Amino acid sequence: MQARFKSIVPLLLSILVLQVVLSINASAQELPRNETIYVGGGLWAPSSNFNPLTPWAAATGSVGLIYEPLFLYIPIKDEFVPWLAEEGKWVSDNVYEVKLREAKWHDGTPLTAEDVKFTFEYAKIHQGIYYSSIWNWLDRIEVVDERTVRFVFSEPHYPEWTYYLYTLYIIPKHIWEKIENPLEEANTNPIGSGMYKLKSYDQNQVVYERNDEWWGKDAFGTPGPKYIVYLRVASNNVALAMLVRGELDWSNFFLPGVPQLVKQYEFIHTWYKDRPYHLPANVAFLFINNQKYPLNLTEFRRAMAYAINVDEIIERVFEGTVLKSNSVGFLPIPSWQRFYAKDLDEEMGFKYDPDKANEILDKLGFKDIDGDGYRETPSGERLRLTIIVPFGWTDWMESIRIIAENLGQVGINVEPKFPDFSKYFDDLTKGYFDLAINNFNSFVSPTPWTMYNWLFYEDTPPIGENSWNGNFGRYFNDEITQLLGEVLVTPMDDEATLRELYRKIQEIFLRDLPYIPLWYNGFWFQASTLHWTGWPSEDNPYGVPVTWPGNWQLGGVLTLLNLKPVVREETKTTTSPVVTTVTKTQEVTETVTVTEKGQVVTKEVVKTQTTVITKTVEQTVEQMTTPTGGNNTLIAVAVVIIVVLAALALLRRR
Amino acid sequence: MGLIRYIGKKAVIYLATFFVAVTLNWAIPRFMPGNPIGILLSRFATLPESAEVMYSYFTQAFGLDKPLYEQYINFWRALLNGDLGVSIYLYPQKVRDIVLEALPYDIVLIVPAVIVSWIVGNWLGALASTNRRLDNILMPIFYFLTASPYFWMAIVLAWVFTVTIPIFPPSGAYSPGISPSLSLSFIVDFLKHWILPFLSLLLVMLGGWAIGMRNMIIYELESNYSRYMEALGAPNRLILRYAFRNAMLPQITGLALQIGLAVAGAITTEIVFSYPGLGYLMLQAIQNQDYFLMQGAFLVIVIMVLISNFVIDIVYAIVDPRVRYTYTGETG
Repeated sequence: MQARFKSIVPLLLSILVLQVVLSINASAQELPRNETIYVGGGLWAPSSNFNPLTPWAAATGSVGLIYEPLFLYIPIKDEFVPWLAEEGKWVSDNVYEVKLREAKWHDGTPLTAEDVKFTFEYAKIHQGIYYSSIWNWLDRIEVVDERTVRFVFSEPHYPEWTYYLYTLYIIPKHIWEKIENPLEEANTNPIGSGMYKLKSYDQNQVVYERNDEWWGKDAFGTPGPKYIVYLRVASNNVALAMLVRGELDWSNFFLPGVPQLVKQYEFIHTWYKDRPYHLPANVAFLFINNQKYPLNLTEFRRAMAYAINVDEIIERVFEGTVLKSNSVGFLPIPSWQRFYAKDLDEEMGFKYDPDKANEILDKLGFKDIDGDGYRETPSGERLRLTIIVPFGWTDWMESIRIIAENLGQVGINVEPKFPDFSKYFDDLTKGYFDLAINNFNSFVSPTPWTMYNWLFYEDTPPIGENSWNGNFGRYFNDEITQLLGEVLVTPMDDEATLRELYRKIQEIFLRDLPYIPLWYNGFWFQASTLHWTGWPSEDNPYGVPVTWPGNWQLGGVLTLLNLKPVVREETKTTTSPVVTTVTKTQEVTETVTVTEKGQVVTKEVVKTQTTVITKTVEQTVEQMTTPTGGNNTLIAVAVVIIVVLAALALLRRR
Repeated sequence: MGLIRYIGKKAVIYLATFFVAVTLNWAIPRFMPGNPIGILLSRFATLPESAEVMYSYFTQAFGLDKPLYEQYINFWRALLNGDLGVSIYLYPQKVRDIVLEALPYDIVLIVPAVIVSWIVGNWLGALASTNRRLDNILMPIFYFLTASPYFWMAIVLAWVFTVTIPIFPPSGAYSPGISPSLSLSFIVDFLKHWILPFLSLLLVMLGGWAIGMRNMIIYELESNYSRYMEALGAPNRLILRYAFRNAMLPQITGLALQIGLAVAGAITTEIVFSYPGLGYLMLQAIQNQDYFLMQGAFLVIVIMVLISNFVIDIVYAIVDPRVRYTYTGETG
């Protein structure tokens, strides 16, 4: 008797504990599928932060959907869409005037010039706010009337200001002025002005609900989806499976095998119907440590540029889904192309030509003395370089294997290494690397200044000290610093002057070649037209469909405004989006083993990778035809009951 | 009297262990290469001008600009006030809240796994010890189970039940798209996610218990009291029952040791299944160099292990008076 009682204890205990887990959050929800859009690709950590002042930690959508900027910026058209602002213009050389629309906050309070002024001045008090450095060159802000604000600059930084116009989010004064430590605020009940409100959030997702009182209804219309479920998906492969099953409508993941995917599934929508499928988002640079011998030799760097076969990387690693960069790293967007010196590129630029690389190296005196296939320095010392990218960034990992192979072919001994991200970033920012790939701030923008400012950031400390961002290889050139300083204070509409300045910078860049632009990483975007239509594309380019944190204003919000639900004949709505992600593990392990093998034969790697992908796709199709949900449940329950019963039975017998 | 002295002695040892463990855990992340604030900022594509301002602000805000000894003192001061700091990875959540949210997931895994494996394992071991034929079949299985690493067992189970026969989900504590609630569909979903990590812990632990029990019972059956009872003509069942009781004692000690191992096992198992308990949290913290989250998660694990060991020590001393006599030097 006693024994039997004892055995119930664990059962009761587990039930009790289960209760604890469940009590964390008790609100069942099943959203109607025809009003809900499932989005993914910009949420990697469990989210509980919606603070627009800490956009680096806030859940994607906090800024863009809830809090809004003054303007949207559509890079493909180089167009500023007045958003909270109705109009913005320079009224004199150092005064910028913004006229606001009649907007209001979620709580009904009108959004006024005072709010805009407050948003900027808040960063004067709280130095940790990301735009606080603006006060080095902004003098004061004048409120002209309820809806007009004037920014008076001590030294107007035109391109920098333009950048802030669409990346700075207006916050309500009446709420934030009462908050003592705004940077330590999780802001889980965000009051913004945007077209969506926060509905709920947990470990796996953030749910936004349409703000039907949105101020912009008359000017812009109403966004299609009533609910946005932003999913945190464990891996790109899971996202792929969800997309083909119609469980994910909008993917900004980097999905492998896009060409096959598009061919196989009619409902998968991409920006371009064919190669490269994606819009360019930023430039992947090969950063070179300009302070280390022999990488400090311009001609040595040039030899490397000739030796690297970017086309091969694009074919083998990216399957043609990205574009090769030009020699100066100018993205193919109108705002940058305007200043692109094509003639200089043709005259001084580089292209894949290993013979030329060999020739330069021979001339420099780097020769293979000991006959091991690799060149030694002119003084006869062995030369061994490393190239790093973070572990797990599989596309980059494959890429640097190819780069190392390419450089090996011209006799430069380069070893690809894959440290953890933290080590990678530490080496990069402290300048302890030889070669590294990075693209963290070469994003599309209204002006190439944003890229150059990052690439040549003057205020970079010497090797060994922590730099913040950019100029990782410590390339310093007074001439460039001066030219960039001039760009900074030249009005954006003075194109003639700017063209001249940018031309000089490009000339120096091509002459010194401090870093090597490789390819343009894409705005990864695949959408499913099973539930929603109206996606932007090459033929209907109203905006960039991106949902990464802090990028919604490039076109993500416009996409929402254009989306329409697909009307179905059958009204049978299976609303519970229970996701049984099945095919993932196999794929992951396979890719891992494949990449390990890759060190020796990289060509095979890509092949195996693609077959793996099609396999998954087939598997998922099978799954779609045989609904296994009910069975699973039964089996799961049965197993649990058996385990418990077994425990009971065992003791009873004794 | 003896018991209190015994407990006192034990408490001192445990406190010292706690101090050393927590100190090590404070120190090790700080000697890792990398910089948490740098990683925090790397997630944010912004102008270098902004990054520069934020870098100095957050280095100060997290107190990482101070000399190490000062950071260490501040750490203990905050800890004694129950303040575990603010997470960098999940900024600006308090580490205490994050850990408390993750803890239930560990409890639902570890507690049932330890208890069920202990009961079932002991019973199977006892069964094996009395049945030659069964023994020959079961023993190799037990050895196989107990020798498998937790993560390996987890991968095997994941492979079999999510890929080969896809009946269970491979990761998470519940499906994305479902919110925790008391509805039947959620509970079923939760159990479906729970069963594989639970089984991988259960199976590995089971083997050890069974082997221990079998050997102990065989040993006890050879002992003088068993022989004497046998000579007196006592029924087998009765002898076995006495042997079983005596064989239990080492198994209780084992339980104390097992809790520590189970926590370690749970960490790797959780990582395999992305199960959002402390182990998974710790991995995330390490990958993001989140010193404070690492400290918090580790602290809770240390406390759990130490307390459970302490409790078992006391239980053991009550169950078996010989133990406290040896500790306090009293002669029985």
